[in-house]
Amino acid sequence: MDVLDAVNAASSKEIGLVMAKKRTEILVGVFVLLGIFALVFLALRAANLSSFSTVKGYQVRARFDNIGGLKVRAPVRSAGVAVGHVVSIALDKNTYQGLVVMEINQGVSFPADSSAQILTSGLLGDQYVGIEPGADDKNLKAGDLIKQTQSAVVLEKLIGQMIFNKAADAGGGTSPAPAAPAPATTPAASGGASK
Amino acid sequence: MIAVVESIGRRTLAAFSALGHAAFFFMDLLRHVPGALRRFSLVIAQMHAIGYNSLVIITASGVAVGCVLALQMYYALVPYGASESLGLVVNLSLVRELGPVVTALLFAGRAGTALTAEIGLMKAGEQLSAMELMAVDPRSRVLAPRFLAGILSMPILAILYSAVGILGAWLVAVKLIGVDPGNFWSIMQARVDVFRDVGNGIVKSAVFGVICTAVALYQGYETQATPEGVAYATTRTVVFSSLSVLAMDFILTAWMFSTP
Repeated sequence: MDVLDAVNAASSKEIGLVMAKKRTEILVGVFVLLGIFALVFLALRAANLSSFSTVKGYQVRARFDNIGGLKVRAPVRSAGVAVGHVVSIALDKNTYQGLVVMEINQGVSFPADSSAQILTSGLLGDQYVGIEPGADDKNLKAGDLIKQTQSAVVLEKLIGQMIFNKAADAGGGTSPAPAAPAPATTPAASGGASK
Repeated sequence: MIAVVESIGRRTLAAFSALGHAAFFFMDLLRHVPGALRRFSLVIAQMHAIGYNSLVIITASGVAVGCVLALQMYYALVPYGASESLGLVVNLSLVRELGPVVTALLFAGRAGTALTAEIGLMKAGEQLSAMELMAVDPRSRVLAPRFLAGILSMPILAILYSAVGILGAWLVAVKLIGVDPGNFWSIMQARVDVFRDVGNGIVKSAVFGVICTAVALYQGYETQATPEGVAYATTRTVVFSSLSVLAMDFILTAWMFSTP
């Protein structure tokens, strides 16, 4: 209404001014809308806003001898399906174990004797908590402790163990060492060894 | 010997007094911002000049950087079998660093110089003095709306830069190279945090907006009212804003992303 009055009363030059101002405002509006659109794109498509669940869950705890590289907000999975996330990680002062608090989505319940283990997605991927369901009649409640746990596999320890075993084999195998190349001389024996 | 000591002292004093002068100018600018909020149509007109008119260079640069980044990262990641993480690498580098910083550098060149030249010529043409004679404070009528428009425009431009950069990377990675689109997006979504990465990037760009606009306005307002003076002030705008943006970026990065 305001604009109409102004247009009726104004000379042609003023009409031009009003139109120019309106055009500027429309273009700035386009600019701001583009910005909002880009922000929504970044938040939903290129970041993790869509993975924030609005449904609250319940928290359970678990103690691990070694949590490896587990991080806060790492997923909790059962049978590969994400059912929650890690809320906090702390050192238990009494047992010197890693105390991991997890939030499990509401509507997902596990038997009370379920076990938790820290697994790795892929060979070098991120670590997550895997829950193996037990067979108890009762289910885990908020604040419960998962008693059976299995620590993260620490690659250095595995390699160390492997080298140790190799060394032990080599040490024990000094006396039958001359026997080792012997089967290779007969083709039938070597064929059997390859199977 | 005395002359050397004297010259050191003179330079130090000059540097500090210039710094103090700029600080007073900045405080003055902040004091006039509420007045600019009341006359928002002026801010909108400036957002058109500063923000909307920078869209072309910002989006073009964003797409180009996203494409090139994706291409180069692909060659770096393929030997490790990690080409699926391409989107994540491009996303994090754009959202955290390149988006705010490159936008600020382009902004200083595209909009900062225009602001300095405009205000410098207003001063050279004695328009600012004329305003003062009419009891109109040029700081609230001319400077504050431009300052506010710069602060509002910079984050929008930086977000747009990151968004089109990611789209450019998607174009190269998924459409051209053939990276799996599902992994391209899902690894990104799993590892990029809205508040920590995107949010801090926006905070960064807002800080850069304050720096770039304040430097441009200061250089324009304090320019020598001659053609050489305006040319010199325009050059100083680009140099000062770029250097302070880069220095500030290091400080902000160390503060925001020091913990993994």
